[in-house]
Amino acid sequence: MTGRTGRRLWLGCVLTFLALSWVLPSLALAAEPYKLGAVFSVTGNGSMLGDPEKKTVEMMVEKINSSGGINGVPLKVIVYDDESDATKCALAVKKLMTEDKVLAVIGPSLSGLSLAVVPLAEANEIPLISCAASYKIVLDEKTGKPYKWVFKTPQSDSLAVEAIFAHMKKKGIKKIAIMTATDGFGQSGRQELVRIAGLKDSGIEIVADEKYGPKDTDLTAQLTKIKGLNPQAIINWSIGPVQVVALRNAKDLGIKTPFYQSHGFGNRNNIQLAAGAAEGVLVPLGACNIDEILPANHPQKAVTGEYAKMYKAKFNEPLSSFGGHGWDGLMLAVNALKTAGPDRSKIRDALEQTKNFVGQHGVFNMSPADHNGLTPESFSMVVVKGNDWAMAD
Amino acid sequence: MEQYTLATQLVQYLIAGLTIGSIYAMVAIGFNIIYNVTEIINFAQGEFVMLGGLIMATLCHWLGVPFFLVLPLAMLAVTGIGVMLDRLAIRPVRQPTVMTLIMATIAASILLKGAAMLLWGKDPYDVAAFSGRVPIMFLGASIQPQNLWVMGILGVVVAVLTHFFGNTIVGKAMIACADNPSAARLVGINVRRMVLLSFALSAGIGALAGIVITPLSLMDYDRGAMLAVKGFGALILGGLGSFPGAVLGGLLLGGIESFGAGLVSSAYKDVFALVFLLLVLFIKPSGLLRSGAVAKMKRF
Amino acid sequence: MKKISRKGLLILAAGLAAFPWLAKVVPGLGSYPEVMIYAGIYSLITMGLSVLVGFAGQISLGHAAFFGIGAYASAVGTATYNLDPWLCLILGALLSLLVALAIGVPTLKLKGHYLAMATLAFGIIVFIIFNEEVDITGGPDGLSRIPGLSLFGLKLNTTMSYFYFVWTVVLLVFWFCANLLESRIGRAFRAVHGSEVAAMAMGINISSHKVQAFVLSAVLASLAGSLYVHYINFINPSTCNLFFSVKLIIMIVMGGTHSLWGAILGAVLITFLSNVWLHAFQEWEVLIYGAVLLIIVIFLPDGLAGLPEKIKGWAGRGQPGKAS
Repeated sequence: MTGRTGRRLWLGCVLTFLALSWVLPSLALAAEPYKLGAVFSVTGNGSMLGDPEKKTVEMMVEKINSSGGINGVPLKVIVYDDESDATKCALAVKKLMTEDKVLAVIGPSLSGLSLAVVPLAEANEIPLISCAASYKIVLDEKTGKPYKWVFKTPQSDSLAVEAIFAHMKKKGIKKIAIMTATDGFGQSGRQELVRIAGLKDSGIEIVADEKYGPKDTDLTAQLTKIKGLNPQAIINWSIGPVQVVALRNAKDLGIKTPFYQSHGFGNRNNIQLAAGAAEGVLVPLGACNIDEILPANHPQKAVTGEYAKMYKAKFNEPLSSFGGHGWDGLMLAVNALKTAGPDRSKIRDALEQTKNFVGQHGVFNMSPADHNGLTPESFSMVVVKGNDWAMAD
Repeated sequence: MEQYTLATQLVQYLIAGLTIGSIYAMVAIGFNIIYNVTEIINFAQGEFVMLGGLIMATLCHWLGVPFFLVLPLAMLAVTGIGVMLDRLAIRPVRQPTVMTLIMATIAASILLKGAAMLLWGKDPYDVAAFSGRVPIMFLGASIQPQNLWVMGILGVVVAVLTHFFGNTIVGKAMIACADNPSAARLVGINVRRMVLLSFALSAGIGALAGIVITPLSLMDYDRGAMLAVKGFGALILGGLGSFPGAVLGGLLLGGIESFGAGLVSSAYKDVFALVFLLLVLFIKPSGLLRSGAVAKMKRF
Repeated sequence: MKKISRKGLLILAAGLAAFPWLAKVVPGLGSYPEVMIYAGIYSLITMGLSVLVGFAGQISLGHAAFFGIGAYASAVGTATYNLDPWLCLILGALLSLLVALAIGVPTLKLKGHYLAMATLAFGIIVFIIFNEEVDITGGPDGLSRIPGLSLFGLKLNTTMSYFYFVWTVVLLVFWFCANLLESRIGRAFRAVHGSEVAAMAMGINISSHKVQAFVLSAVLASLAGSLYVHYINFINPSTCNLFFSVKLIIMIVMGGTHSLWGAILGAVLITFLSNVWLHAFQEWEVLIYGAVLLIIVIFLPDGLAGLPEKIKGWAGRGQPGKAS
């Protein structure tokens, strides 16, 4: 084969492609549906978050429409991938708000990007339900009140940190080491860990504060240093495979101190990948990840069980924490739509008045002062036992 | 917990540094093979590593036979991809300048990454460690058998390539292309075939690096770019075109990262390695093991 | 490139002036002016890079860093210290100038791939600093709520006003660069690109010319960074990471390195490809993007700027001509 053959092959690709895009024009839609928008980090650094969120939202929309839509009106969600990039995210949100004219926007997945688009929601007066954790998303630091049009579904990092510290107190752990990834997820966790440990009555002392790149392949150096400082427990805060690498490296180094992971670890796949090194790891998780081990009278037992069953059947992969945030975002919007109808301002008011809404990550009780609506009870401490989750004692 | 002495920690840092450094070195060697024949840096080299790991994981899962039977298959598959890269991305380029060819490899790396994402999804994959996961204790430090595999395989690659380029006709012909392509053509060497061979060879070595590191660090579709950058750094540090330089550069980078993270600051470990690289370049613009005269560029 | 540029510039200006109105009328183009703002901002960087790469013959894989320096100077200056945005823009440009001098003098002694790696290393180091100095830069989550620009008391906070503002700046910079390249300095750049030895023999101080081109491109990148944050009102480190540097190089190669027109075309092409045109492919987007780039490299090695000549060649001979 010569260079010419290769060129012809590519030329063929171009022609086929052009022909196809001519033949396949967009299909017309029947009834005028309720339009919602969603922006998730389906690819890029945040894909661990955005991918399950997108899958969840699309699955739930299908389910809602197959059971008659919202008050008889079909639901349409336009999903964009921001590729974890600020420019793309801003463009997508703006397009949803001004071009697609959606009633509300769900997402983005990442805290930084959510902060970036908060002003857009405020300026265009469109409800935004972020799926990212930072408390700053729903707190205007100038006024001390939530932004008018912005809500978020995930528990703030401070709730996860408090859950972990409370468990440590029970076990008499005082000297800890933390290790965090240098991405948004890891660093907002680190900020809260350092802040809450620094409070007067925390009773927690951080003796080692190590960092690593979110794509690092080996954390032996960080863990060796930690081992030398002899802490009573280690907390790791990151997403993706590097959490598993941390566990494996710790096991290899013979570290036997209790190991805590952030809620980013909430995916059974991680337990499998750790190949035994996850045994005994402690994680603060929302009900969403642990539907099987919830007591029968738990308020979220039914909701989480149904979602977990649907997701696993459809995508044939284990559930992660993040899909649940997408579920909460979509269903909160749908819930508001049901009572308010297709009116942005009324949807916003309905969102703010949401009470006792049973979601995947907790029971939401919004108020004008709280646009998240979750309490510390939305996290339970879970331990890995026999390659599965179990309630920690 | 028993006392964990500084000496033990230093040994531990050294092992971690040598392991990851060996991977950087293998990536750098892959760069070198293609550079020596074509003068281009193949930015898809990191994707070869990623594909090596992922294909190995999938084949192991499907076939369920021991790793040493699957390993050649996975290498062969990636070698095939390397050949395709040459045929479909490098050779069709008209008026090949170094810049357009490098751009072709960047485009190819984006394409390969996209394809890997579609085929394997975004989750990481694992391969069973070649000889178990029971650590060996050495001066109080713990070594995974897989760490030894990584370093050992780097040794094997270096030995085989030394023999190939020093003692075989094909290897010598490839070196001739590097020195002077027109002269090589005049003495009857098929330069195109040598280019093809260089892509095949460096794809194979990239795949090997991916296969051997996956049991330690897992593998996902998004790893290639980072490894390519580190390998490129190792290559430049040691000196473009020099094989001993690639190995030295890789091990040095890995070592600086590991000791920097352990002894100074883990947040700035990459900065230490890069500042070291810059300082070396400012003092010796052609890298550690390369003389200025050899490194002069013919075209860019 | 000499005489045509003036006439072409007028046509471009007229086309741009009409563009937002056209986009309003033609269905499906509603978001185009918005995207064109970013394309314009990127054009500022690619024109500088075009001078550096296409004319002075150097390479940089670290220009995202200068974009970042401008962006963070404006962001921190206005959002944290409440300084005047124009002052911050100038401070950022000055800072970039100084950094470019400090980095450029030792680095531009390197050649080819060594230069590429050194600039790459510089870019990564600056990225890590943005990421780690949380107290100043806000860390990975970045800085938000950055105020917008206003000009002569007029607030530039709508898509329309910012579109015209950015593209006026682009045209001014284009005009400046075109004149520069026709001047003595521009000829010296090209001489350095052609053969450093010959240029040196003719008495051209090559190292100072390389640094000049590098500093110019750095200042333009910094300017682009400032304009970017004042529009999007946000900046985070991953906006100016290594991949952005590579993307900038992709832009100038796709447009054509030997022409300022190519720099603009490349920026527009890549911005639209990755933000609008390929969205329909969803998960396949990355794959198609790679394929499109490869196809352009294969069929248009001189980039989009080489297209008119290609078409002439095809029309004239019925098969691809050899434009060298």
